[in-house]
Amino acid sequence: MTTTTSPTAPVGSPGGAPQPPRSARRRWPEGRATRAFRWLATGAGALILVVLAAVALFLIVRAWPALTADGATLGEDISWFPDDSSLLRFVGPLVFGTLLAAVLALLIATPISIGIALFISHYAPRRLANGLGYVIDLLAAIPSVVYGLWGAIWLAPRLSPVWQWLSETLGFIPLFAGPAADPPRVILTVGVVLAAMILPIITAVCREVFLQAPRLHEEAALALGATRWEMIRMAVLPFGRSGIVSAAMLGLGRALGETMAVLMILSPGALYSFNLLQAGQHQTIAANIALQFPEADPTGVSVLIATGLALFVITLAVNMAARAIVARRKEFSGAN
Amino acid sequence: MTTLTPGAAPVAPDPSDQTRAMLAGSDRRRRVTDRVATGLVVTAFLIALVPLVSVSWTVVSNGFERLSPYFLSVSMRGVFGGMDAGGIYHAIVGTLLITTVAALISVPIGLLAAIYLVEYGRGRLARWVTFFVDVMTGIPSIVAGLFAYAFFAVLFGPGVRFGVVGSVALSVLMIPVVVRSCEEMLRLVPNELREAAYALGVPKWLVVIKVVLRTAVAGLGTGIMLAVARVIGETAPLLITVGVIDSINFNVFEGRMMSLPVYVYRQYSQGLVPCAPGAADCIATINYDRAWAAALTLIIIVMLLNLVGRLITRFFAPKTLR
Repeated sequence: MTTTTSPTAPVGSPGGAPQPPRSARRRWPEGRATRAFRWLATGAGALILVVLAAVALFLIVRAWPALTADGATLGEDISWFPDDSSLLRFVGPLVFGTLLAAVLALLIATPISIGIALFISHYAPRRLANGLGYVIDLLAAIPSVVYGLWGAIWLAPRLSPVWQWLSETLGFIPLFAGPAADPPRVILTVGVVLAAMILPIITAVCREVFLQAPRLHEEAALALGATRWEMIRMAVLPFGRSGIVSAAMLGLGRALGETMAVLMILSPGALYSFNLLQAGQHQTIAANIALQFPEADPTGVSVLIATGLALFVITLAVNMAARAIVARRKEFSGAN
Repeated sequence: MTTLTPGAAPVAPDPSDQTRAMLAGSDRRRRVTDRVATGLVVTAFLIALVPLVSVSWTVVSNGFERLSPYFLSVSMRGVFGGMDAGGIYHAIVGTLLITTVAALISVPIGLLAAIYLVEYGRGRLARWVTFFVDVMTGIPSIVAGLFAYAFFAVLFGPGVRFGVVGSVALSVLMIPVVVRSCEEMLRLVPNELREAAYALGVPKWLVVIKVVLRTAVAGLGTGIMLAVARVIGETAPLLITVGVIDSINFNVFEGRMMSLPVYVYRQYSQGLVPCAPGAADCIATINYDRAWAAALTLIIIVMLLNLVGRLITRFFAPKTLR
């Protein structure tokens, strides 16, 4: 014992004095390289937020001239901009067409995706399941322009008789009012192609969720004498409901922003129309941008960027809602 | 054994028989519903195979004929009308250059961001980054193109079109994919390895580089390959940022460039050629033929990238983890 021992220090701590080294280690100066590396990594993380903010910022900056100009000036400057209209009235039908195409795709794709996901998670033999999942993922690897080519040249002529038949037998429903366009460059064809494109993402998310369904609930249902379908309805689907909703919304986000398939198949128009089988009625924001952008003058570019801003806001809202549902599900689901 | 003997319940009619009858003879409606559901589920799967099979088949059967060494080695310069000539060399060059630059931009950023999330990520910033990486995955590709255009228009004035603009657009789409897959791979590295290295007094940055990244290198390679495969087929952002051109351009900093997906779209949109009757050197469907052949090339490149990505995992995983 030395005489300089402070009175507060523990006198008889067994095992020497572990306290001073530990606190010293905590204060140990971080090496220069370690600190630089930490800042580098943190900077990269922050950069992602900066990029997202920059996307919004630059779009607003370039869209500003169009956002502030009045409709008459725009109509004079731009050949494809309708006279005595306003930016809002120009964007309206485009937003409508975008939503219509995406919703059609979603209505077709969601039930099929749920079926595929159930097949892979609960019906297919265990050894096959992984391979089948991979096959469905291959669908996502095909570039969108190839889907467009396939939809326009191969699929459209084959769908034409089906649409004719639909308009003849169900024509009394306004949705299917005839005459069906031939070649069928119509929004329903686009919906079918978009559905094929968003199948993989919806299926992937649903499959994950269905595989997480509590095994004990499933076995309990089977033990009570439920058939396989009743087991799925009682144990799997209720568990996966929010997962299905968020999967569908992710698919919706994908379909909203899809450009090439729409551009290559749809014959454009600018109406608020529910005639799914008639050509020249609808156009989507993304396809309109790709169509007009290469030949647009500065004012036209500004208008197109303004419509792109609208698309950005819509998809951002849909995606954030989907992610929020996923996050909430993690908090409230009793199974986790 | 003894409790289940029939003699144990002599008064009432045998209850185990009753139960068995109830279980075995479930009513017909339920069984039919089950069958119908099974049928629907299997049908859904078969329906999903229709686009996959027919896309692959139509692309291969339509594109195979025109795909030749000649087609791969010439550009479209001086090709017009229904001439039986022209190829995709300039488009392949453009696609490879633009995608490489995009990968050079997004792999370091994405990898470092993933390292941040796994090794350092605590608190609000990490939560925000995780959430917005997910949100960013859903940015429409055309919006990414508009952003890159607007960004360079502010820097260099309106109307600029060169390769790097397209690369920046692709990076916006690629970074979140790289972050997601790399993060997943880094989380698989067992904590014991990190702790063992710390115990030896290795500084953190060396632990990350020599231990964590080395252990995960195969998975990272796969993730990056799949991310490249995802953006290499993007059309819309390149169409509006890089434009179209018929000749070869190796300079990503100047002048327009062609890329494979844009080439497919361009040929398709030019449509059928009006051929004079009896013209010898005129093929009416030449543009569609070229589009199919270029689409086939594109699909082959994408599938090769997918395959290489999966092979990396198989051959380059550290020996200890096999």
